[in-house]
Amino acid sequence: MAEQIPLVDYLVLGDEPHLVANQCTGCGARFFDRRNACASCGKTEFTKVGIDTTGEVRAFTIVSFAAPGVPVPYVAAMVDCGGTSVRGNLINVAPDPEHVSLGMKVRLATEVIGTDEQGTEAIGFGFEPVGG
Amino acid sequence: MASDDLWILGIHMTKFGKHPDEDLVDLASEAVQGALADGGVTMADMGVIGAGNLMMAQAGIGQQVQKQLGQTGVPVYNVSNACATGATALRVACMAVKSGEADMGLAFGVEKLSGAGLLAGGSRKEESPTWTPSGRYGAVAPIDGRIGTEIMPGVFAQIGMEYGHRYGGTSFELFARISEKNHSHSTLNPKAAYSKKMSLEQIMGDIMIAYPNTRPMCSANCDGAAAAVVVSGAKLKTLSLEQQKRAVKIAASVLTTDPWEESCQILPDVNTLTRNAAIQAYEQAGIGPSDLDLVELHDCFATAELVHYDNLMLCETGGAVDFFNSGATWRDGSMPVNVSGGLESKGHPIGATGIANVWEVATHLRGEAGDRQIVGAKVGLAHVIGLGSACGVHILEKAA
Repeated sequence: MAEQIPLVDYLVLGDEPHLVANQCTGCGARFFDRRNACASCGKTEFTKVGIDTTGEVRAFTIVSFAAPGVPVPYVAAMVDCGGTSVRGNLINVAPDPEHVSLGMKVRLATEVIGTDEQGTEAIGFGFEPVGG
Repeated sequence: MASDDLWILGIHMTKFGKHPDEDLVDLASEAVQGALADGGVTMADMGVIGAGNLMMAQAGIGQQVQKQLGQTGVPVYNVSNACATGATALRVACMAVKSGEADMGLAFGVEKLSGAGLLAGGSRKEESPTWTPSGRYGAVAPIDGRIGTEIMPGVFAQIGMEYGHRYGGTSFELFARISEKNHSHSTLNPKAAYSKKMSLEQIMGDIMIAYPNTRPMCSANCDGAAAAVVVSGAKLKTLSLEQQKRAVKIAASVLTTDPWEESCQILPDVNTLTRNAAIQAYEQAGIGPSDLDLVELHDCFATAELVHYDNLMLCETGGAVDFFNSGATWRDGSMPVNVSGGLESKGHPIGATGIANVWEVATHLRGEAGDRQIVGAKVGLAHVIGLGSACGVHILEKAA
């Protein structure tokens, strides 16, 4: 099997792919990026926490017009994963308003983004309908 | 008038649209000269200049305009604050006059955007030949389009959809009807970049950019400038009766940023900072939303206008859909919103927008809005949002 690397460092691959956040030890605020401090309380200590892999679509858009090289249409969404908001595309679903809806139940899924010159696969993530 | 009140003495906006033969300095100069003439003053009277431009923010547009209109040596603050840039320039003049550092200040905003496409997410970086994590997410490849969207029509689409998820009642057609209203309003505005009426069918059938926002539901990229002269109440008392009569009171001038909320770094939260700005502004002005005769709010996309009915407290919390469906926000309704045509048709030359909306309100309060005059208007509110985020709210009152 080809070597794999996650598209972003907050995606953990393996048998049970999931996302991890930096959680502020002071106030519990969660962030997916590298932090200098907590934007909520200013403290500088964080712990890594796993994020629920299932959630509910709180907002979406179907992007039909994008930069050259970005395949369209695609569904961009904000998903509520057990109280933590996550940005991600909705995948494995037809990108139209008949198949995508607010409040829809989804789960994390991974997909191959591409393979580099050394044969390493980059793995991205999205959310797919549950039981759809 | 109280000595520490703030007043708009003169204000002007250029026609918005395509100005291929005028550069930024030409457009800004036209707006500034117009505002100075409107106020009966000159560059020599200005004690401070707030100069707004986004796309050429490093160019020092304030000094460039001084070099054409008058190098008086006064401080220039060149500001850039996304789509709130114009409002921020105005805030600079207001703060300087309010503090007593100047008794008159100039603010202007200018942008050239004709022909610009997507302003964010318009290009994707080349992928490197080997995956190498970089940036704050340790990304090995560009993430726009792979992890959500960076394009503004898509971001603001989600903002409208989130409101729908929370309170219900939204649909593609509802958002398109908001756009239909603003395009209808624009037919009365000779300064609008686009002033064609559009039917609901035309709007819904146009090119889809980011569902549910079709092209006419997006703010129009165009060229334009606007400028305002701010004066203290104390100074205004020394000016002519005619100047005093046409002056418009700045009853509130507020700028906020977004306080941290759980999801605000996932999908920008344009709600909390707008509500915070509105609360502060109503308190400063000593009025409530029901006292407003007209509102110019930041309809950068049709999906955005809906949420700001609620954020500016023009309706009950959660009641924006019913409020719009009641017809309240049409120009003949109880709370006319974007009678200029809004950003969807008047246009959105970013740096100019946060002063042009103040011009629109001031022009109605002066009774000089021609065919689109809201009759008897005494109080109005102008609102902008710059994503990232910044929110400017100004409340204006007709001179007593």
